[in-house]
Amino acid sequence: MADIKVTINGKNVTGKTGQTILELAKENKIKIPHLCNDRRIKPVGACRMCLVDVEGQRNPVTACTFEITPDMVIQTDTDEIRQLRKTVLELLFYEHRGSCATCDANGDCKLQRYAYDYQISEDVIKAAETAQPKENYSTGSEAIEYDSNKCIRCGRCVRICEEVQMANALTFKGRASNVEVSTAFDIALIDSTCVICGQCISACPTGALYEKYSKGKGQTKELKKVRTTCPYCGVGCQMDLNVNTTTKKIVRVTSEKSCVPNDGNLCVKGRFGFHYVHSDKRLTKPLIKENGQFREAEWDEAIALVGKRLKEIRDKYGPDSIAFLSSCRCTNEENYLMQKIARTAGGTNNIDQCATTCHAPTVAGLASSFGSGAMTNSIDEVKDVQTFFIIGSNPTEAHPIIGLEMKKALAKGAKLVVCDPRKTWVAKHADVHIQHKPGTDNMLTNAMMNYIIENDFHAKEFVANRCEDFEQFRENLKDYTIEKAAKECGVDADLIRKAAEMYAKGTPSSIFYTLGITEHTCGTENVQNLANLAMLCGQIGKPSSGVNPLRGQNNVQGGCDMGAIYSVLPGYQKVADPVVREKFEKAWDIKFPTNIGGRVTDFIEQAGDGILRGFYCLGEDPVLSEPNQAKVIESLKKLEFIICQEIFMSETAKLADVVLPATSWAEKNGTFTNSERRVQRIRKAVDAPGQAKPDWQITCLISTAMGYPMSYNNASEVFDEMASLTPSYGGISFDRIDKIGLQWPCPDPDHPGTGYLHKDKFVRGKGLFHKIKFRHPAETTDEDYPLILSTGRTLYNYNIGNMTQKSKPIRQKQSRNFIEMHFSDAEKLGVKKGDKVNVRTRRGDITVEAVIGDKVRPGALWMPFHFIDQPTNKLTNDAFDNITRTAEYKVCAAAVKKA
Amino acid sequence: MADKKINSITDLQQLSQTLLDKQKEYKIRVLICMTGCRALGAKDISTKFKQSLKEQKLDNQVIVIETGCIGICAKAPTILIEPFDFLYGSVTPDDVDEIIETTIKNSKPVEKLAVSQNGEKTANINEVEFYKKQKKIVLEKCGRIDPTKIEDAIATGGYLTAVEMLNGKKPQDIIDEMTASGLRGRGGAGFPAGVKWNFCRQAQGDEKYLICNADEGDPGAFMDRAILEGDPHKVIEGMIIAAYAIGATQGFIYVRAEYPIAVEHINIALDQARQLGLLGENIAGSDFNFDIEVRMGAGAFVCGEETALIASLEGQRGMPRPRPPFPAHKGYLDKPTNINNVETLANVPLIIKNGAKWYSDIGTEKSKGTKIFALAGKVNNTGLVEVPMGTTLRQIIFDIGGGVSDGRNFKAAQIGGPSGGCIPAEFLDHEIDYDSVEQLGAIMGSGGLIVTDDRTCMVDLARYFLEFVQSESCGKCTPCRVGTKKMLEILNNICDGNAKPGDLNELEELANTIKKASLCGLGQTAPNPVLSTLRHFRDEYTAHVEQHKCPAGICKELTTFVISAEKCKACGKCIDVCPTEAITGEKKTPHVIIQEKCVTCGACRDVCPFDAVDTE
Repeated sequence: MADIKVTINGKNVTGKTGQTILELAKENKIKIPHLCNDRRIKPVGACRMCLVDVEGQRNPVTACTFEITPDMVIQTDTDEIRQLRKTVLELLFYEHRGSCATCDANGDCKLQRYAYDYQISEDVIKAAETAQPKENYSTGSEAIEYDSNKCIRCGRCVRICEEVQMANALTFKGRASNVEVSTAFDIALIDSTCVICGQCISACPTGALYEKYSKGKGQTKELKKVRTTCPYCGVGCQMDLNVNTTTKKIVRVTSEKSCVPNDGNLCVKGRFGFHYVHSDKRLTKPLIKENGQFREAEWDEAIALVGKRLKEIRDKYGPDSIAFLSSCRCTNEENYLMQKIARTAGGTNNIDQCATTCHAPTVAGLASSFGSGAMTNSIDEVKDVQTFFIIGSNPTEAHPIIGLEMKKALAKGAKLVVCDPRKTWVAKHADVHIQHKPGTDNMLTNAMMNYIIENDFHAKEFVANRCEDFEQFRENLKDYTIEKAAKECGVDADLIRKAAEMYAKGTPSSIFYTLGITEHTCGTENVQNLANLAMLCGQIGKPSSGVNPLRGQNNVQGGCDMGAIYSVLPGYQKVADPVVREKFEKAWDIKFPTNIGGRVTDFIEQAGDGILRGFYCLGEDPVLSEPNQAKVIESLKKLEFIICQEIFMSETAKLADVVLPATSWAEKNGTFTNSERRVQRIRKAVDAPGQAKPDWQITCLISTAMGYPMSYNNASEVFDEMASLTPSYGGISFDRIDKIGLQWPCPDPDHPGTGYLHKDKFVRGKGLFHKIKFRHPAETTDEDYPLILSTGRTLYNYNIGNMTQKSKPIRQKQSRNFIEMHFSDAEKLGVKKGDKVNVRTRRGDITVEAVIGDKVRPGALWMPFHFIDQPTNKLTNDAFDNITRTAEYKVCAAAVKKA
Repeated sequence: MADKKINSITDLQQLSQTLLDKQKEYKIRVLICMTGCRALGAKDISTKFKQSLKEQKLDNQVIVIETGCIGICAKAPTILIEPFDFLYGSVTPDDVDEIIETTIKNSKPVEKLAVSQNGEKTANINEVEFYKKQKKIVLEKCGRIDPTKIEDAIATGGYLTAVEMLNGKKPQDIIDEMTASGLRGRGGAGFPAGVKWNFCRQAQGDEKYLICNADEGDPGAFMDRAILEGDPHKVIEGMIIAAYAIGATQGFIYVRAEYPIAVEHINIALDQARQLGLLGENIAGSDFNFDIEVRMGAGAFVCGEETALIASLEGQRGMPRPRPPFPAHKGYLDKPTNINNVETLANVPLIIKNGAKWYSDIGTEKSKGTKIFALAGKVNNTGLVEVPMGTTLRQIIFDIGGGVSDGRNFKAAQIGGPSGGCIPAEFLDHEIDYDSVEQLGAIMGSGGLIVTDDRTCMVDLARYFLEFVQSESCGKCTPCRVGTKKMLEILNNICDGNAKPGDLNELEELANTIKKASLCGLGQTAPNPVLSTLRHFRDEYTAHVEQHKCPAGICKELTTFVISAEKCKACGKCIDVCPTEAITGEKKTPHVIIQEKCVTCGACRDVCPFDAVDTE
């Protein structure tokens, strides 16, 4: 972009081609008022507040839409311009009905601010009558309310819904002074295509759109904003908890434009999912089980009991007898301490966290191929991807803000290849959608790679210079013809050819995947094969190009990074490496544990087998999250002692001997590491209920009670200890990430962090090709169980639902379990939309509502796993990935009948 | 129907000759306006004609043609009989037999159906004043051909110019010719058409679009409608030439759904052109591909604004977008797009056929060619009028229009519809062209011309137009959405007698802000009727505001009717029409209005033969 010299208010300034007057003025700290402009959406020049004079133009022009040209002479603040703006403001007040005194937006309303800046006459403001809100499209919504009296018709809500969210729920209706925002045909918002992201609220410059539950809970001017990181998925959106300092409650969640990585955007969970913090179901006192009943206890008693029992078991049965389950919902500091307590006070490598349930195959698979098991690129690079290869991932629901970045790329003309058994949003918008049978991913990718090599589309130089073991990999592919794959996957052969060619030829292409890849008995191999594909085409090690697993939980990257895995220590330093062991023995002043350790799925089996006796469970609920629930419960019941740290009474906690009340994310300090390896702060915004304590403090108390004293003044001290032992985190500290997080690797305090990995060489040196053979899923269909059931996440809910289901807006949208089935199967079974159906597998059955359509392919079923009283994991198969012991949640044989 | 595809100029020339010869098989052509006149029973006349001619076995010599607008709508239903060129007005089916007897069989005019002027009946259209002062070039075939038959168009030379262009003429040469002709956009703003084409031709992009703006929305304007209804092939031919010149392969005609006959005729015409290979791939054997799709508007006035039109075409809500970027660079689907209105495009084949010189010899220095006006309001000969640019208002209203109706005095002409302004009597002899009209505070607009007499309240007139634009504002930008509403409220107050001191100033200030600060042409011109009436008739406003009087006797709250004892001849007509029995009076004594009962409806004034009823 060429430099352009212009004059603004007599001052010479330089801008770029394509820059608007408003953008350039802002860059030069020249304030131009505006109401309808939002950087995230296209400017439309509607409000007319940003009028400026441009020499040679007959009338003033809107700075938000007018692009600079060489030698342009601009005046932004003449008397005439000020007068025009003042009249425009007066006209807005002529239309506006409402008083700042009762408006929630008081303090953060642009109309209010400009009224002051331009000293609108009291007469005009007095003349603005107040009026009661009229019934409108938002009536009945528990999330969003619209008050047309306060609306200035700037259209920001309509446009953000259309352009950024692409939900197209909102529109203008009526003409002239009757224009109002509404949905198509005025249907209720809840019944529209609205995805309750609340982006409309974030875009509204006045108080016309607001969170329903926030009304009257505090005006913006008296709210304190506390910057933190979203507690839900792995995108790691930065958000501000708006706290009423008097009531000490969170009133609403907002996000600031220009923050990284979400630029002010939030999804339904981020914006509307915080209510659990103030739920009256929160645990407030330690609980000790006596005679099968919980009784409240003081901390001292509870901690002493826990310390004593864990020590006894450890000493009596040895290091394989106790296990520590950490939580990726918790902070890096807490995960660090959990693996530390396991290996110090516990004397065992029996440490795991929930990645085993989801992305453990990513960590293992990518580490074996590239040397590092994380997303290779940054979220910011997504918008510049030219060809997407999305497989087994539903980003617009599971990672909505990364979904928005993808939408940005699509709006710029990016190509989209989606491989998914379901017609997700991205699938519907794809250039090529391969709706393959669940569990046939390696057949598909092998055939694609075979085709790419046959047609010479592969990056020969990249393969030769940067990778190894190509020949044996290539040899293996020869069996995998497109025709064979088309048959096995149940898709059109031409689609596979097209997908292969598009991916290979993209400039650049990037792979995105999620649990559709990992939650299989061949999960790690699936991941390795995607790594193969990227290396084969040289689509890695560049901006906007690589292999990008989208991490599902707020800190699942961090939980793994912190070494809460049996085989690795913080920063993936191998337990097996004597040098590493020695370093930690020295730092922690211990003798390093000698056992191999296991995964959570091992723990459950070992509990059932009587090998495991004591279980310390931090913020996890394996009863709901692990497959084959009946077996999980049976196994856990055999344990001698279970201690749970929780914010709610969970299904697992019900089986515990001691339950300790923990703080939620809004009540403590620490860090999360998001999917793009960015380490970000979370901050205490409100006080914990009752006697609840931060998890890291509880862990310290237990460790100390077990005989290994742990004491830190704050989370920052824990982080510093971790960083001193972890090369990839070595340069990061709380101070450095106060404003914007840093992406590891960041080895020293001057290092700027790493946007994308494997630039000139792979972390492990050369990229390693793996020879992958297609294997069928563990369970196949038969006469009794003729359908294939997959499970997954919806947009509105999160994991076991105990957080999201505390939110009224979310409950209103989705509060019950359901099953998706194809028209043809429903017809065969005589099932109609909304019927209750009984879903049965070899492990159990539940009854849920049928949702019928073509989102799943014939023969396939799909269910979410968010509902405590209708637990989908009664059905799932406890068959595991051969390497990481991740369960095959994506494939089990099932039968459905009308209930 | 000619159904062989045309593959060369020769093909077309031969077809034209064949069709012309075929036309000559009929000695007499009875042309019945079946567009506007249809509302007054033209269909029945046509049916009766066909039936009677058949009965009398004349149907092999006489052809009845349902044609487009003949022009003089005041005399509807009108028919024209060739080769005599007899024009008959206010025809009923009962007149048909007499016409057959007198004109068809005996070649004589039916006097009673002839147009009367200056006390005499004139049957020959060429001697009717209404037509004598006109220069019909765009409307030449309107009312002379069957618009639903491409044969009629081709027989009269239609498409020949376009096909010639496609076979060898360079697009840039066509654009240069257009630029040299001086044709300015007839949609209202008067931007030079050739220059606009050139922008689009020069714009980067492999896909370009051509849009014909047929969303004629000004109240009282119907010239585009008449062209589409009466000579659709001329527009299509103009579009082919324009598309070829700018490099577009897809065209649209965006037409109001309120114009069903126009929609029908244009669709028929497009089908016929496609069948003959005059649209579609390799038009007339050339290597040029172009087709046209008709899209109907949904009734929003603002969609006549080109960026709103584009939004509507794209399936968006019809709201304008700021310019730049101009459609020539980023238009339909963000691709270079050229938009011209119907009348502009209908001029194109004429200019290209006859040359820029021929065209630029017509009109004034800066406004070339002819302009079609829709003459309406208090004028005798309402209808469609095509005159050279530079014709004076007096010529249009008095010579062509036959003067103000009911013998009243001319007050002003509102020109340019709701975006325009009024031109008072003192400027009757001004030559009308784009620039002179603008100097007088009005705009040419699409050519609506509404005549007002001394019983028109100019405040009320301004209010009428403002009410129109206010209700048609799309609501996007603040000045237009709220500003026009506020202006309207002030005007309502003035007309209702609730004006406050300072209202006129506020009105003017608001008007100026709206003009300066609005996003699109609709808002920028919305205050024009108010500003121009304020400029030329400020006294009338002052009378409303300060004396609480409406001099024209229109604003009810500000009007008191009285009967002049001197003028009243006590005929009792006013007593008969008064709806509230507010007038008393015996025979031979002057009548009196009881003010308490009077609702100032003005019926007495309208009916009084002696002008005895007047405002106080």
